[in-house]
Amino acid sequence: MTAWLMISALAVTTALIKAFGPVLVGGRELPPTAVKVIALLPPVLLAALVVTSTLSEGQRLQVDASAAGVAVAAVMIWRRLPLLVVVLTAVAVTATLRALT
Amino acid sequence: MSESFRRGLRAGVPFSFVGFLLAMSFGVLAVQAGFSAVQAIVMSAVVHAGSAQFAATAILGAGGGVVPSVLAGSLMNARFLAMGIAVAPSLGGGPGRRALQGQTVVDPSWALANNGDGSFDRHLMMGATVPQYVGWVSGTVAGAFLGDVAGDPGRFGLDVVFPVFFLALLAAELRDPRSRGVALAGALIALALVPFTPPGVPVLAAGTAALVGLAR
Repeated sequence: MTAWLMISALAVTTALIKAFGPVLVGGRELPPTAVKVIALLPPVLLAALVVTSTLSEGQRLQVDASAAGVAVAAVMIWRRLPLLVVVLTAVAVTATLRALT
Repeated sequence: MSESFRRGLRAGVPFSFVGFLLAMSFGVLAVQAGFSAVQAIVMSAVVHAGSAQFAATAILGAGGGVVPSVLAGSLMNARFLAMGIAVAPSLGGGPGRRALQGQTVVDPSWALANNGDGSFDRHLMMGATVPQYVGWVSGTVAGAFLGDVAGDPGRFGLDVVFPVFFLALLAAELRDPRSRGVALAGALIALALVPFTPPGVPVLAAGTAALVGLAR
């Protein structure tokens, strides 16, 4: 029961969060300075997601096997290898390191 | 079907395979945390937000209660506030239509649809979300039924899928040299906040690094 309550509540908050900007800002042209800030949001938010999902566990910072997997992936992405190959290699590197340690 | 919607469908396919793997590890973890397979699958179908689902199920599974669990999940989703505001001027129609189009904002689609000048291709964004939604839900089905036999998905290195997924999107952004400094600043802000704030807040707060755009 509590699981269903959580699932419905999270579905609702997610939908509201996603609707907030589109409804509130609507089709208005934003001022040019705001557009400059928005253009920088993708690299900033993505970089923050990469480092937090690699180097943190809850509120703890940590470097473990997944950091090595991500480092290998970074080199492969830089060499422009296909995404699925990159992901599977990173998974294999991480799993191997965990099996060895 | 518009040309950019079709381009979006194609662009979304590689991410849907990666999303499948990610959703599979979600399905396994959710079942191990005490959720039924049906609950895990329905959650993926109605929430469709990876980091929020991982955070919320982990907290509820650990006995953390509904409110903290929903709050943590919503905080993980807080970045969609910034993303939603960013795409808003590029959407079309009345408030209802816009709200619906806003639901197709998921990280890869949003990043793929970014034209780099502050505007977004909404058809491409919506197209890219379609295969990813299919991959996300079907991956959860696979993981939820593997469930208890699978063991710890971390043992198989599946937790690395999430950061690599975002790294691939980030790499495309960093081809523009003007993005590099702010990306680094965002990463540093996020890391600095990890020990002091609940998960989700560091990523949202990192968004403030984009304010250097005011000075450009």
